[in-house]
Amino acid sequence: MDDMHQHGFRGWLAAPVPASAAQARAQQIWLGCKRFAANRSALAGLVFLLLLVIVAWLAPLIAPYNPFQQSLSARLTPPSAAHWFGTDELGRDILSRIIYGTRITLYIAVLTAGIVAPVGLIVGTIAGYFGGWIDLVLMRIVDVFLAFPSLILALAFVTALGPGIENAVIALSLAAWPPIARLARAETLTIRKSDYVAAMRMQGASHLRIIWSDVIPMCLPSVVVRVTLNMAIVILTAAGLGFLGLGAQPPSPEWGAMLSTGREFMMNAWWVAAMPGIAILLTSLAVNLAGDGLRDVLDPRHD
Amino acid sequence: MRVAAQGGYLTPRRRRRLRETLVAIASIGVTLLGLVALTFFIGRMLPLDPVIKIVGENAPQAAYDRVYRELGLDQPLIVQFLGYLKSAVTLDLGNSLTSGRPVLEDIGRVFPATIELATVAMVIGTGLGVPLGVLSAMYANSWIDHVVRTVCLIGYSAPNFWLGLMGLMIFYAGLGWVSGPGRIDFVYEYGFEQRTGLLLIDTIMAGNWDAFRNAVSHIVLPAAILAFSAMTYISRMTRSFMAAQLTQEYIITARVKGLSWRRTVWRHAFRNIAVQVLTVIALSYAFLLEGAVLTETVFAWPGFGRYLTSALLAGDMNAVVGCTLIIGIIFVTINLICDVLYRVLDPRTR
Repeated sequence: MDDMHQHGFRGWLAAPVPASAAQARAQQIWLGCKRFAANRSALAGLVFLLLLVIVAWLAPLIAPYNPFQQSLSARLTPPSAAHWFGTDELGRDILSRIIYGTRITLYIAVLTAGIVAPVGLIVGTIAGYFGGWIDLVLMRIVDVFLAFPSLILALAFVTALGPGIENAVIALSLAAWPPIARLARAETLTIRKSDYVAAMRMQGASHLRIIWSDVIPMCLPSVVVRVTLNMAIVILTAAGLGFLGLGAQPPSPEWGAMLSTGREFMMNAWWVAAMPGIAILLTSLAVNLAGDGLRDVLDPRHD
Repeated sequence: MRVAAQGGYLTPRRRRRLRETLVAIASIGVTLLGLVALTFFIGRMLPLDPVIKIVGENAPQAAYDRVYRELGLDQPLIVQFLGYLKSAVTLDLGNSLTSGRPVLEDIGRVFPATIELATVAMVIGTGLGVPLGVLSAMYANSWIDHVVRTVCLIGYSAPNFWLGLMGLMIFYAGLGWVSGPGRIDFVYEYGFEQRTGLLLIDTIMAGNWDAFRNAVSHIVLPAAILAFSAMTYISRMTRSFMAAQLTQEYIITARVKGLSWRRTVWRHAFRNIAVQVLTVIALSYAFLLEGAVLTETVFAWPGFGRYLTSALLAGDMNAVVGCTLIIGIIFVTINLICDVLYRVLDPRTR
């Protein structure tokens, strides 16, 4: 009740009856943020991800050493005050390499999400909206892709395309879009029968316009949640590709690739393999936590 | 079958079911066809020239042309695809470019190792995952629930190849509790007859207990690592199935009748989720085959995954395409089995 008497921006956000569409939307976003912030583990995940973005952005300022600088006199030195995470087999500072590696991991994850979400949305909404043989054909294609475990599919594509980060992104995207398409289709099937879609159609809106302005916005929340949660899998798969030598190539400080070189020296230098693995674990943990929190806010039907 | 044999037996309901079955079979057929087409496409995307791979860089033009024709690369794409389709249907996957043997033979040789690993992992994963999932739902928001959920969260956030490396470092190099990479020590390798290819069974059949113990000490760690990821998936799904059941009214009825909480959960609710859990276990078996690719690489486990990765690194496209196709077929089959299980075992779907 106190909220009603507040003035200024807070009062505007808490007004019991929104005066405009913009205010209603702002209030919804505000409530969502509040719900998200109330979930401590989700908040922790988000904060960690934001930190990663800052670290990636400011890598040259934060990293104590040049990640490619070899120092053969300081090979495989254990963690110390000078090298917090120790050095690798060429004397490079592992902390600095991990810091630069965040750039690669974020690059792969964001680019893959940027490809997978629109492709999945477009294919899924078109299949669900038009139905009939379009649906049949598109969903058969989705089924074929889903018939492979995503790592196997990504491996096969990356072998065919050749190793490298860009090709890894293409391969990961090819493996990750089908579940999104299936989800968007399922959402579309429930939306296309609704009255407001019928109303739009009677007003003479074209199919494309209905899909763009009525169907896709309704699918967005669940797709965003799913894509976020899938990013954890993408990060793990990308690391797996790097580990097998099919992702980013040395001397690039990609975490999976660092792990695979660390493997050779693991028995007497545990930190070389342990540190990048912890970085991968924490990142995918943060994505999972943030994604779970996002789901609670955006997708109330779940659970 | 019975329906088809007895013509006049087609009630509308049976006819509908027959039609559903036929549609399901047709759609699986289309999926399999698509599978073949996709692998064909992947095989043709290859930036390397398969002819050069065979004849070498400096081969004379005549030899190049001859191999080019032998591989059928001068034919139109659709003819090439039909040829590929025919060989896929007859499971003639061509020869591996590195080992020179037929790919199918190679896969048959390495597959038992993977099956053994995945099966042991699944037994452990199910044995832990199902009870933990049920307990977690039974005592929702208690400390048990929080522990289980945290462990699961870590389980599906951690790269399992890294867990494998850490496991080797701690339990093999550090503590010496388990044996290192490989399936069995060289000393024992020829001490018994390999009849099934499953070493745990072969050593028992041969009565060679030392070899058996050695094989167990080799399989424990990779199986535990794989089981961990299977367990997180199984317990997460079991928990959510169980949580959905526990909101049902029959649960309240059973409680009002004076049944203990434990009995209500295990006797009443668990029966209702048993089929769902079974399908999840079957699916997790399929995912274990996927997880095996990286785990086998870490543990030098001579199975399917390691065969695939070494083929990948060697650019052996016949083997890669063959493996991908086989995995796809296994995946589709397991999904089909899950579907059938669901229909047969769950009376609610009838």
